[in-house]
Amino acid sequence: MKAFLILEDGTVFEGTGIGADKEIISEIVFNTSMTGYLEILTDPSYAGQAVVMTYPLIGNYGICYEDMESERPWPDGYIVRELSRMPSNFRCENSIQNFLSDHDIPGICGIDTRALTKILREKGTMNGMITRNENIQLEEVLPRIKAYSPTGVVRKVTRDEKKVLPGAGPKVALMDFGAKDNIARSLNARGCEVTIYPAYTTADEIIAAKPDGIMLSNGPGDPKECTEIIGELKKLYSTDIPIFAICLGHQLMALATGADTYKMKYGHRGGNHPVKDLETGRVYISSQNHGYVVDAQKMDPSVAVPAFVNVNDGTNEGLRYVGKKIFTVQFHPEACPGPRDSAYLFDRFINMMEVEK
Amino acid sequence: MPKNQNIKKVLVIGSGPIVIGQAAEFDYAGTQACRSLKEEGIEVVLVNSNPATIMTDKDIADHVYIEPLTTAMLEQIIIKEKPDSVLPTLGGQAALNLAMELEENGFLREQGVKLIGTTSQTIKKAEDRQEFKNTMEKIGEPCAPSMVVNNVRDGIAFTNTIGYPVVLRPAYTLGGSGGGIAHNEKELMDILSNGLRLSRVGQVLVERCIAGWKEIEYEVMRDAAGNCITVCNMENIDPVGVHTGDSIVVAPSQTLGDKEYQMLRSAALNIIDELQITGGCNVQFALHPESFEYCVIEVNPRVSRSSALASKATGYPIAKVAAKIALGYTLDEIPNAITGKTYASFEPALDYCVVKIPKWPFDKFISAKRTLTTQMKATGEVMSICTNFEGALMKAIRSLEQNLYSLEYPEFAAMDDEELQKKLYRIDDRRIFCIAEALRRHFDMKMIHDITKIDMWFLDKIAILVETETALKTRPLTRELLYEAKRLEYPDRVIASLTGRTAREIRDMRKEWGIVASYKMVDTCAAEFAASTPYYYSCYDGISEVEPDHHPKKIMVLGSGPIRIGQGIEFDFCSVHSVWAFREMGYETIIVNNNPETVSTDFDIADKLYFEPLTPEDVESIVDIEQPEGAVVQFGGQTAIKLTEALMKMGVPILGTSAEDVDAAEDRERFDEILEQCCIPRPQGDTVFTCDQALEVANRLGYPVLIRPSYVLGGAGMRIAISDDDIIAFMEIINRTVQEHPILIDKYLMGREVEVDAVCDGENILIPGIMEHVERAGVHSGDSISVYPPQNLTSRIKNVIARYTESLARALHVRGLINIQFVVYNDEVYVIEVNPRSSRTIPYISKVTGIPIVNLAAKAIMGSTIRELGYEPGLQPESDYVAVKVPVFSFEKLRGADIGLGPEMKSTGEVLGIAHTFHEALFKGFQGAGINLPQTKQMVITVKDADKPEIVGLAERFKKLGYTIFATNSTARYLVDHGVFAIPINKVEQPSPNLLDLILDHHIDLVIDTPSNGNLKSRDGFIIRRHAIETGITVLTSLDTAEALVTSLENQEEKLTAVDIAEI
Repeated sequence: MKAFLILEDGTVFEGTGIGADKEIISEIVFNTSMTGYLEILTDPSYAGQAVVMTYPLIGNYGICYEDMESERPWPDGYIVRELSRMPSNFRCENSIQNFLSDHDIPGICGIDTRALTKILREKGTMNGMITRNENIQLEEVLPRIKAYSPTGVVRKVTRDEKKVLPGAGPKVALMDFGAKDNIARSLNARGCEVTIYPAYTTADEIIAAKPDGIMLSNGPGDPKECTEIIGELKKLYSTDIPIFAICLGHQLMALATGADTYKMKYGHRGGNHPVKDLETGRVYISSQNHGYVVDAQKMDPSVAVPAFVNVNDGTNEGLRYVGKKIFTVQFHPEACPGPRDSAYLFDRFINMMEVEK
Repeated sequence: MPKNQNIKKVLVIGSGPIVIGQAAEFDYAGTQACRSLKEEGIEVVLVNSNPATIMTDKDIADHVYIEPLTTAMLEQIIIKEKPDSVLPTLGGQAALNLAMELEENGFLREQGVKLIGTTSQTIKKAEDRQEFKNTMEKIGEPCAPSMVVNNVRDGIAFTNTIGYPVVLRPAYTLGGSGGGIAHNEKELMDILSNGLRLSRVGQVLVERCIAGWKEIEYEVMRDAAGNCITVCNMENIDPVGVHTGDSIVVAPSQTLGDKEYQMLRSAALNIIDELQITGGCNVQFALHPESFEYCVIEVNPRVSRSSALASKATGYPIAKVAAKIALGYTLDEIPNAITGKTYASFEPALDYCVVKIPKWPFDKFISAKRTLTTQMKATGEVMSICTNFEGALMKAIRSLEQNLYSLEYPEFAAMDDEELQKKLYRIDDRRIFCIAEALRRHFDMKMIHDITKIDMWFLDKIAILVETETALKTRPLTRELLYEAKRLEYPDRVIASLTGRTAREIRDMRKEWGIVASYKMVDTCAAEFAASTPYYYSCYDGISEVEPDHHPKKIMVLGSGPIRIGQGIEFDFCSVHSVWAFREMGYETIIVNNNPETVSTDFDIADKLYFEPLTPEDVESIVDIEQPEGAVVQFGGQTAIKLTEALMKMGVPILGTSAEDVDAAEDRERFDEILEQCCIPRPQGDTVFTCDQALEVANRLGYPVLIRPSYVLGGAGMRIAISDDDIIAFMEIINRTVQEHPILIDKYLMGREVEVDAVCDGENILIPGIMEHVERAGVHSGDSISVYPPQNLTSRIKNVIARYTESLARALHVRGLINIQFVVYNDEVYVIEVNPRSSRTIPYISKVTGIPIVNLAAKAIMGSTIRELGYEPGLQPESDYVAVKVPVFSFEKLRGADIGLGPEMKSTGEVLGIAHTFHEALFKGFQGAGINLPQTKQMVITVKDADKPEIVGLAERFKKLGYTIFATNSTARYLVDHGVFAIPINKVEQPSPNLLDLILDHHIDLVIDTPSNGNLKSRDGFIIRRHAIETGITVLTSLDTAEALVTSLENQEEKLTAVDIAEI
């Protein structure tokens, strides 16, 4: 079945439809990871976006449900060069084709994903439409495509009810802004009792539960849109509870303490970004997925100082809050997908909580 | 951490001659490292015994020593040059071992010289089996458990702790005989008791069997600050059991999920960190296909063949970065030369698929066992890149130049199902074709998987290719089908034969439908950042990234493809030097090649690099887009020469000697005419097609005669026939492959062979020097010891040779290089062969004479005259130095290969001995080739009757050196009769103690065995030679080599003098 990807600049790619037969408009972003397509599909941070995989051969090892990072896939659409017809892995339970259909996600394959990536790199992230309609009128759809903006995505991806993962160690309150499961798993595996809260839980409720530490998760969308959450984070900041934040959590904490964020030209999405720990000088390869970034220049150095920096483009990758037991990172120490090099940060967080105890 | 300012002068150790398992990849690594060091202002001293390398050029290092790689020589060079540091991690195992010895004997400390790039503790931890095991245990990285046992009881007990199946390897048996895999206690008892009996020391290694597991490699970099990254991972399509150098490899891994990928990646980083490696490292894992269980197979604490592949597969220059790390830089300080925007601490992201296929020498060694095991057999490899796996595989297959363009293989097609199924069990170089045939016949894929253990994902890809083949055969050729076939890289010629059309028709259809190759860039980052390095591969499913530029002066240089016997690294030397010369002249250069091990495929050699197969269609697609002013084929060996006709048809002018003249040198009749015009004699001969004609010609000329197909390299298929029976046998072998050109039969003149390389500007010639062979005519020139300047030629003969060279170059209108082989017989000079192109001896003669022959040839091609280039035409004055080139063989790696020398080339590499005297140069040559005699001072002589008179004098000379001589009965009797005492010894088939016992018990250090006739039919001799080679004994099959050896031993110098060729 023929399908088309129409970018807001009018570029049209023709390919073959995969997954659900439905038309979508979304923000098109690319990810350079060579493995971990299921983890990417189930990362809630992709809500409101359609993902292009730059690696051309996708679906090789099928779907291993236990690798899902949340209960369902989140992207609006999926764009690949080629899907394998023979998934092969001892844990494989399904094919990616079925998985996309089962979850009603449309996609397109058979297009030159490298050419598409180059457009996004040069012109910046843009919106696009995936459709199987062969008679589409560009002048009619382009304004609609341009008008799209992913909003309210945190509300869409967060949970309704809190959930507790029992553990004998420190008690952690995990704020779910669209958390990948491996954040909770990483803490839990280190003995923590993890209570996962919906994104819009009030600071008072969290404080009342007397956690040993608070974990702010990753999540989708423009951080500045989350004004309510930012307000609550200000309250959390003023307590002495140790806080560790990842990705959106890191951006929200920065906004709560007076810094600014801005949208990057095409973001960082992949498993190969080098980040430098400014304290030790060590470089770690990190897993990344973000379109917005903290403007470290605008952070008051008496509030927070840069802790990590991206070796490639010098953008901020982490902050250490002065006089506070708070540190936040832009990248993903929970990996899944991607390198586990920075998993030590969870240990650092646990140490921080234990000292506090 | 910035550069260590204390490092100012570095000694880089090369890897020595090309042998199986240690090939061109180290020239690539060494060259890149030397350039990287020089870029930092470091004075570089280089030592390597291999003259065919680019790294031993005076342009690459400041001081160049082409000397034997021995500790004594290295010590001498270190004392002379006083480097402050030694960098041993770029010259393979050879360099690492030498560095270890120098460190352990205290010499480096004594001299205040530091090892950089590694430490001796690191090397020991990685290389010593027990230490490695302990280290891995310490950090919790699993190895396959194993134990040496002396009795069956212990074997059973140990196996019960690790579980079946187990591999049993008896200690000290030839090629692992007596070993095997035991799946249960009964098998264990049988194999183990037998193995214990066969092992000379009564020991058998019992090891957990991991055959059939997935084999995965990671290339890892680490700097002194402890920052680690992985450059790339690779998956072997052939599961564990086949040496990674003999496996078809894909990058990145295809069948690993992120969990497996990251688990092994973390393990690799864990290992490199524990070993404290500073630089590059390769970690090989076995991964259980049905669990997360894995074990570490091996760690190479240095740059390796796999790192060359990983560098080319990703664009990440591992050797360059490793050299910078050795100087003290950290990964985040080293810019990524491809993007210029990122740093070396970035992990490459691929947006394509890479396939490597080894190039095996089984076409040269028909008797060798093709079975692939843990002993590597390949001499080289090809790599290809495409947006899909099938396409990359198809491109790699045709890059191998074995006359195969798809997965069709006639031999398997002719088998019945039962036989085919049996063949599936055999792990050899043709397995992938066997699988394709099985899939063509709809064998159950699961069954194929169960037999081969090759992952279903790969089998399905082969199935897709087979289905496409069927579709082409049975369905109408629509645009969609043609596009799909091209997307999967089916060449036009295959589509043509499957659809009953001509390749030309397919090409025209394609062009009409707009199905043309487009070119994508290898940029290390999957297009995330803009890259400026023009390193391209083709695909059919994308938009081209090559900007058509209209550079007025653009030249295409065709490379030489995979390293194989007869066409080695020397042609890469020539290609690279020609590129440099053209760039110097202001041309834009484009190189096309498919060999990941070479310098020519480094991203910063030519202005543009196309990593593509060297077939007419692939080259034409590049020509369509680049429109070069001309192409140069004379530097890329036979691979490039073969493309001449096709390039002309595309309308690309061949620069240099015209194709017609190249042809005239090969065409028997035309060449005879030219010789006649020039009044140059050649051995009598004729051309034939049939066996009857051959017999007629041979009898007319009188035996012995030389018989060979035309248009071949390295004497492929060339034999000496001494009887009608030989002619019949050889004609049958030659005609097994369809011959487009006639077969040549010449009178065989057993004289002294002489070789000349020359540059011709169309009018005048420049002969840098004449090279004389030690072995008489009949031994292939590539397998002969060659001496410059000649030691046995009168000045009259030299003048005749120079004159003949000049008239032939003129008559053939040569522009550029010409290589001529002569035989001097009864004081008369005859021409045997003329090749108007670069040759194997170019690097060697360039280095010893200091004349940059390729550079001059490139300039002559573009119109400069020899005088304009600053040289007086003619034979150049002889150098003050004598250089002796000694061939190096890899026979011990190829079970079943016959080692007897003949007209067909068998050596894989060469070393050079260079000195002021012939004797010292000769001794250095032998030493460099690894012939370290005497040791036990006991030798075996067994020669054919014709050689008996000649052996007496030689035997006497060995005797004087203190040798005890053992000889087979007839040789012994002859020697004793002529006054040389020899101990008679029983032949192999006679009762013990016999010759074989003597050899296997390591009592012998030298065997002289001349095969009983050109055909090497004697089974007995064959067994002796094989066993001797596999026991590590020096075996000589030519009396001339033996004479040279004894001369060298008689004149052994106390101390050798190191020669810096940069001063020549």
